[in-house]
Amino acid sequence: MDGVDTPTKSGSLITVHNPVGYPPKVSAKTAAPRLDSLDGKIVYLVDCRFDDSIKLLKQIEGWFADLMPSVETRIISLNNTYQKDDPETWKEIQAKGDGAIFGVGH
Amino acid sequence: MSTHAITVETEYGVPTVALHTDIFARVVKSVSQVKGLAEAPKAFVPQPVMGKSDAELKEYVYGNDPVTGVPVMQEIIEGLTQGLGMAAASGGTESTPRLVDPDTEENLHQRFLENRWTDMLPIILPTEERVAEMLAHTSHAADEVVGRMQPTHNRGFWEYTVEKVAVNAVMSGARPEYFPVILALAASGVTSRGSTSSSAAGMVVVNGPIRHEIDMNCGIGALGPYNHANATIGRAYSLLSQNLQGGSVPGETYMGSQGNNSAYNGMTFAENEERSPWEPLHVQKGFKPEDSTVSVFWGGRSHTFCLGLRETHWRAHVAQMLQGIDTTTSPVFLLDPITARQFVERGDFDTKEKLIHWAWETAKMPAAEYWDLQLVQNYVYPRATFGEEPMASKLKAAPDELIHMFNEDAIEVVVVGGETNGYWQIQGTRYNKTVSVDDWR
Repeated sequence: MDGVDTPTKSGSLITVHNPVGYPPKVSAKTAAPRLDSLDGKIVYLVDCRFDDSIKLLKQIEGWFADLMPSVETRIISLNNTYQKDDPETWKEIQAKGDGAIFGVGH
Repeated sequence: MSTHAITVETEYGVPTVALHTDIFARVVKSVSQVKGLAEAPKAFVPQPVMGKSDAELKEYVYGNDPVTGVPVMQEIIEGLTQGLGMAAASGGTESTPRLVDPDTEENLHQRFLENRWTDMLPIILPTEERVAEMLAHTSHAADEVVGRMQPTHNRGFWEYTVEKVAVNAVMSGARPEYFPVILALAASGVTSRGSTSSSAAGMVVVNGPIRHEIDMNCGIGALGPYNHANATIGRAYSLLSQNLQGGSVPGETYMGSQGNNSAYNGMTFAENEERSPWEPLHVQKGFKPEDSTVSVFWGGRSHTFCLGLRETHWRAHVAQMLQGIDTTTSPVFLLDPITARQFVERGDFDTKEKLIHWAWETAKMPAAEYWDLQLVQNYVYPRATFGEEPMASKLKAAPDELIHMFNEDAIEVVVVGGETNGYWQIQGTRYNKTVSVDDWR
């Protein structure tokens, strides 16, 4: 087992095992209905609290203020690190928002 | 971020767009597929965001997506208002074949290399005979599920059996008698080849009688490439991590910016229990001295070393070493027996716990400096604001108040080395768990 031997003569076919594990079963999901337009809508800018992401979201906030002022943006930071689910924040977005932009992911 | 966006999209019925940096484009695609919404709206800005000025970030927002060439804000707005509709991702239900199509030895080596099933070093081909020989060294059935692993959070857990672990053990060059140790490492469910951009690597400490049964090294050169069991068990853990979690491919399932040389064998060694003045690690973790175990750690990014403990200023010297350890993992003292005894003599630390307590009290920094560390901002500050202790209490400290850099219960001490001198080191790495080897015999 120390690799000094060869399994068979060079040139003949041999069978070996596949070393890869078994992937998770993926359940297909359905996206939410899209908005007809953003006019008058509330869009949450969700800060994942990673590597100055909120600074980029503030620039997006500024873009909307300058170019699509009919859109109300609300910056919200996750309650914890990006590694954890945050149902409290999701419920707020669902109750008060029409759309959400998450950033900045890695 | 994709995971959260897909959750809000599919479970809360709110349209979303996830914004990422471009270097993660392949990762985002992979995560979206695993989460069941491959077409989840996304947009990219250049990497990095961290440290950029407001003007530079404004350019990102007003500029084009570096992946698609489309204006970033156009993609975002269209992502919320167009396309997608009721589109749904196809489920990835294909499983992994048990065997590879027959081929010549040379071609199989090439295929393993091209498929990134190796660590780029030569491997032993896992023939049916060799795998069977490995399987003969455990009482567990070949089809028993050992555990699940993923390269990082939210990537989706891959599952593996005893046989799959044996395949990777063969590839590493491990001898069959090492197999229970390798199974215990696989059973930990802790990957040794995580994807983190911080380039972490695993560390493994083996304790108990198994160390001598398989001739592991805990003495001279224990941390280096001088012992067959140390070398190949660590390599097996590395290979099984990358293959059983679904890959460790740069840009896709591995994002370590610089990489980590310790990832070749996960710094695998045995504790020098016989020469230690303290109880061994596995006994600290609740096992009996006669139990055989593996303890897995994750980190290995910061590292500092010293020679012995000088009579007058040793406390200051150790304090300076602790300042060099990254605050989001923890100091793990790797002490040659000579230095371990010096800690007993100089500090009156007749237990590991006393040394750990002293280290915890010693490792402090001004609160303002601590909270300004980017890693702390990313991984500790959010938890503190959520009220998690002891982070939340630290947040109340005045800017110049000295606060603890680490949690006391995360500091560890392991004795290893052959007493050629009193060199010792501190590794910045986080203890994860201890797993019984005996359960896998």
